[in-house]
Amino acid sequence: MKAVKVILVLFLLSILVIGQSYAGTIKIGAVLAVTGPASFLGAPEAKTLEMLVAEANSKGGIKGNKLELIVKDTGGNPEKAISFAKQLIEEDKVFAIVGPSTSGETMKIKNIAEEAKTILLSCAAAEVIVNPMAKYVFKTPQNDSFAVIKIFEQMKKMGISKVGVVSSNTGFGKAGKEQIEKLAKDHGITILLSEVYDKAASDLTAEVTKLKANNVQAVINWSIEPAQAIVLKNAKQIGLNVPMFQSHGFGNIGYVKAAGPAAEGVIFPAGRLLVAETLADNNPQKGVLLQYKKDYEAKFKEEVSTFGGHGYDAFIILKAAIEKAGADKEKVRDAIEGIKNLVGTAGIFNFSDKDHNGLDINAFEMLTVKDGKFIVLK
Amino acid sequence: MNTQLFFQYFVAGVTYGAIYAIVAIGFNIIYNTTGIINFAQGEFVMLGAMTAVTLNNFIPLPVAIILAVIITIIIGALIEILFIRWLVSPSVLRMIIITIGLSIVIREVALHIWGDGIYALPYFTGTALKTLSVGGVFISPQILWVLGICSITVIILNLYFKYTLMGRKMRACASNRSAARLCGINAKNMVTLSFMLSAGIGAIAGCIVSPITYVQYDSGTPLAIKGFTVAIFGGLGNSMAAVVAGLILGILESFSIWLMPTAFKDVISISILLFILFVKPSGIFGNKEALNLKEF
Repeated sequence: MKAVKVILVLFLLSILVIGQSYAGTIKIGAVLAVTGPASFLGAPEAKTLEMLVAEANSKGGIKGNKLELIVKDTGGNPEKAISFAKQLIEEDKVFAIVGPSTSGETMKIKNIAEEAKTILLSCAAAEVIVNPMAKYVFKTPQNDSFAVIKIFEQMKKMGISKVGVVSSNTGFGKAGKEQIEKLAKDHGITILLSEVYDKAASDLTAEVTKLKANNVQAVINWSIEPAQAIVLKNAKQIGLNVPMFQSHGFGNIGYVKAAGPAAEGVIFPAGRLLVAETLADNNPQKGVLLQYKKDYEAKFKEEVSTFGGHGYDAFIILKAAIEKAGADKEKVRDAIEGIKNLVGTAGIFNFSDKDHNGLDINAFEMLTVKDGKFIVLK
Repeated sequence: MNTQLFFQYFVAGVTYGAIYAIVAIGFNIIYNTTGIINFAQGEFVMLGAMTAVTLNNFIPLPVAIILAVIITIIIGALIEILFIRWLVSPSVLRMIIITIGLSIVIREVALHIWGDGIYALPYFTGTALKTLSVGGVFISPQILWVLGICSITVIILNLYFKYTLMGRKMRACASNRSAARLCGINAKNMVTLSFMLSAGIGAIAGCIVSPITYVQYDSGTPLAIKGFTVAIFGGLGNSMAAVVAGLILGILESFSIWLMPTAFKDVISISILLFILFVKPSGIFGNKEALNLKEF
C-alpha cells in the first residue's frame, strides 16, 4: 500500500515538473481594474486581451507557442496591483505583464517589474511611467502633453489666447492641469483662472459662473467623470457661449449622450478609433481600427472604446516582438525597442531605446461632436 | 461683482442646497423610527434614478418615475426584511455596519446591471439648455421642480408623522421601542415601513435630481455624504430643518467659489459640519433634550 502511495506521489510530481517545463506555452499576466471605479478602463482591456489571445491560439499560437492569459482584477486598488504583480512574477512566472489600467497602479509596480526583469506593458497614460525610463517598462496610450499641445494649436488657429481651466481632483485631472499650466506660456496662451472641482461634483453652476465673470475666450475641462458632461450643460444654461475644449477622457460616447445638445461643438483630442469609419481610405490605421471595432463589437455586443484599444496595442506589440525574437524574455524586450511602424489603435508605434511609448503627437486627432456623434474636426 | 453675478451664484447655491436637502430627508425618516443612520440611503437615490431611466425607454416619464419609486420601495422593504428584521435587539453600531455593507453590495449589483455608463432622465419641462432668464440671471426649470417636490414632500411627511395613526406609531417606536410594543404597536413592521418610506423618498430624490446631476452606479455615496452633512447640520430627524440647512450650506458653498478656489468648497462644508458637531451637536434647529433621549 505504501509503495502505491509513493508511486502515486512520484507520478503527480512528474506531472507538475513536466507541466512546468513544457516549453510551448507563453504565460501572459494581466493586472487590470476589471471592476471598481476604473472599470471603464480595465473591463474593455481585459475583454480585448481575452479575444486576442483566443484568436491567436486558434491560429496555432505565436510561432507555435500557445498563449495562456492570466487576468487579475485589481479593482483599481494599487495595493492589490502590487500583490498580483508579485504573484504573477513569482508564482506564475509569467513571460510579460499587460497593465495596470491606471497610472497610480502602474507607478506602484514599475520597480517590481524592473527588478524582476519582467516586461511590463502599461495601459495607463502618465508620462512618468516611461520618463524616467525603466528598461522593462513600456506603455501604449498617448502622452497627456501631446493632448494639451494639440488643444493649444487648435486654439491658436481659432484666435483664442485667454482661457479658463477646470479639472477634477483625480490623478488624471491633476496631471492634465499641470501639463496645461506648464505648456501654456510656450504656446502664447494665458490662463485666466484654473479651478479644481471634486470628482463627484453634482452641479458646477457656480464654477461656470466664475468662468463667465472672468470673461474667458474658451474653457478647457480635464476630467474623466460625469462632471465633463455637467460642465457643458451648466455653461450653456447660464449663457456662457464660448468654445469648450475637453481632454481625451471625453472619448466615450456615453458622455455625449448624457450631455445631449450641450455636447454639440465640443472640441477634444483623441485617438482615431472613435472615428474609424470616417477616416480617409489611405489612412494607415483605418484597416486595423475597423477590424478591431468589428471583432470587439460582434463578440461583446457593446461599443468599442479607446481604452480597450490600449490593451489591443499592448498585445500586438508583444506579439510582434515574440514573432521576431522567439520565446525569450531578454530578446523580446530588445525586440520591442526595435519595433518600427507598427500600426496600432492609438497610433503608429516607433519604439527605441530612448522611447518606451513609441507614439508622437500625430497619434491624436482633433475631434468634435456633431449630431450626437464624434467626427474629425475640420 | 455686479448684482447679476451675485444672483447667479445665489441660484447655483439654491441648486446645490435643494439637491442636498432632498437626500437629507431620506436619512431623517429612518432615523426617526429606528434611531439609526441608513448609510445605504444614497444607493436608494441611485436605484430610483437608474430604474426610472431604464423604464423610461419603454413607458412615458411620469409612469416610469412612479413605477421606479414603487420598485425601490419594494427593494427597501426586502432589504429590511432580509437583513435587519430578524436581528434580536441589534446595537446601533451593528445596524450601521450592516447598512454600510448593503450600500457596497447594492453598488456592485448596480455595476453589473447598468455598467459604468452615466445616465439621466430628461428634463421634466423643456430641455437641458432651456433656462428661465430673470433679469439676466439664468434658472433651470428643473431647479424649480426640485424645490417644489422637496417642499411638498416635507409638508406631507410632517402631516403624516403628526396626524396619522401610522405616523404616530412610527414616532412612538423611535422614542421607546419597548414602550411602543407594550402599547400593541408592531415595532418590526414600523421599521420595515420606515425603510420603505425612505427608499421611496430616496427614489423620488434620484428621479428629480438626475437630469441635473446625472446618475452612475456609484453616484449614491457622494450624494449621501452631503445629505448626511445637511441632516446633521439641520438636526437629525427634522425634515423641515434639513431643507433650510441644505439651502444654507448650498448658498455658502456657492459663494465660497466666488471668493476662493473651488477646491475649498468641500472644506467649507466639512468645517461647518465639525463646528456644529462640537458646538451644537443637536444641529442648528435641533432640540438638546430630544437628542439626549436618543442612543445615537
